Amino acid sequence: MTNSVSNERWLRVRSALWKRPWARATLLLSPPLAWFLLVYIASLLVLLITAFWQVNPFTSNIERIWSLGNLQTIFTTPAYLSIIGKTVGMAAAVTVTDAVVAVPFAYFMARIAAPRTRTALFVAILLPLWASYLAKVYSWLLIFTNNGFLDWTLGLVGIGKSNLIYTNAAVFIVFCYLWLPYMIIPVYSAFERVPASLIEASQDLGGRTWRTTRRVLLPLALPGIVAGSIFTFSLTLGDYITPLLVGGTSANFMGNVIYTNIGIANNVPFAAAMALVPIVIMGIYLLGARALGAFEAI
Amino acid sequence: MESTGLRVALRIWVTLVLLFLFVPVLLIILYAFNSSTIESWPIRGFTGHWFSVAWHDSQVREALWLSVRVGLFATGLALVLGSMVAYALHQFRFFGRDGISLLLVLPIALPGIITGIALNSFFSFTGIEFGTLTVVAGHATFCIVVVFNNLIARLRRMPGSLGEASMDLGARGWQTLRFVTIPLAATALVSGALLAFALSFDEVIVTVFTAGAQNTLPLWIFGAIRLGQQLPEVNVVVTIVIALTLIPVILAARIAGSGAVTRSR
Repeated sequence: MTNSVSNERWLRVRSALWKRPWARATLLLSPPLAWFLLVYIASLLVLLITAFWQVNPFTSNIERIWSLGNLQTIFTTPAYLSIIGKTVGMAAAVTVTDAVVAVPFAYFMARIAAPRTRTALFVAILLPLWASYLAKVYSWLLIFTNNGFLDWTLGLVGIGKSNLIYTNAAVFIVFCYLWLPYMIIPVYSAFERVPASLIEASQDLGGRTWRTTRRVLLPLALPGIVAGSIFTFSLTLGDYITPLLVGGTSANFMGNVIYTNIGIANNVPFAAAMALVPIVIMGIYLLGARALGAFEAI
Repeated sequence: MESTGLRVALRIWVTLVLLFLFVPVLLIILYAFNSSTIESWPIRGFTGHWFSVAWHDSQVREALWLSVRVGLFATGLALVLGSMVAYALHQFRFFGRDGISLLLVLPIALPGIITGIALNSFFSFTGIEFGTLTVVAGHATFCIVVVFNNLIARLRRMPGSLGEASMDLGARGWQTLRFVTIPLAATALVSGALLAFALSFDEVIVTVFTAGAQNTLPLWIFGAIRLGQQLPEVNVVVTIVIALTLIPVILAARIAGSGAVTRSR
């Protein structure tokens, strides 16, 4: 008896939900959206507000008084400006280098390799992509170290020691290494999507290899390159661990300023203000990328 | 269309890039068996000794155990929340739909340090104590998108006719979901979960900002490398971490195809 009543009630709930799709959508979306709003968006808002607070220099407590002081410090101190410039320059250099390395590789994968080789190459890109981040950074420490693998290799060809460890050049090489797979994959899928008929048409019209590549293939692959560049650029901007581990004392990047101010200096408002800089840079970058059609290519 | 010269040049290029990608990872594995405590090359002798040292190190064990727990919790949370959004966005058309998918990608599109410091200031602001829960919260936030991407890609490829056929045969919405949609999406869910676990198990950039006094395995490695201590043990632990992140990814690729594990979708 009670069973059939509860059954009937359950049926009524179900049919009520069935008749109102918006109610089902709301039920499904509320928990995940609540999570995102309460944890992530709330965090970003707190970050934004904290950036305009101060730390009392004597008590080192956070004072909740609205002020532009942190941003002023960042934009009037030459050291911070040069750190921002250096970080953006590094991100740009890494992005360009990875694109130059990735394009021929992706081209070979998409247009020359036999299907089996293509699958093998795809897996060969995925393995280092997922192999532990710290392991990859650490492996370069072993390579660069005094009398390490690099010095030994250079010794074989008769060049002296590299002395690369704890330099900006070391940071640059490791960044290029870490983010290369993120560039190859979207460029490869962009090349793969170019219809063979377009290339044939170009050749029929007398376009030789170089010309077809430059005038037909590269423009069509551009959204893929831009899509990959979002990752290489953003990941470089926000990394502080690689500079810390292989850059040594030359680890002066935006991420490192944020990291030291959270940890050692314990000036959270200043770290928050510094964090706004990469957010704004990435915002501008993403707008530009969207204009170049990168989002359809991801 | 390519000339032989170009083909040869490209082949050499691809070989060089592959060497560049794989030599560092292979070196790490060799160093794990290094009998000397000096990290110079070439390695003079091989031993399995450091594996046993790492295995009996209680700090390493605790860190490993914490990483596994955090990974499982974060994956579970991401699985539930990520599937809910994916199913809702696939089933219903409404205003703000694109906004939601953009919101989900934000934690991985913005530099990792931003997510880290934002969560850090949020937890300090609200007075939530840093510990296992805050680490899980951070990991779940960026794992949701992995589950979401895998599931929504599968739902989009699934022919709508299957659901319609089920309804024509008299199945209710719930029944269609249970007997048609979920079985067809199962492999995408499993691969999404495996990738989320791999992502969480290896994460360090956000974790530094959300952890309390306890170490996850990547935090232990980070600390040890910075101090330059216990490096022979680091070699071993790092090799094990490579294995533990690659196994779920290889499984996911086997289950759902290698296209599902590109990390950039």
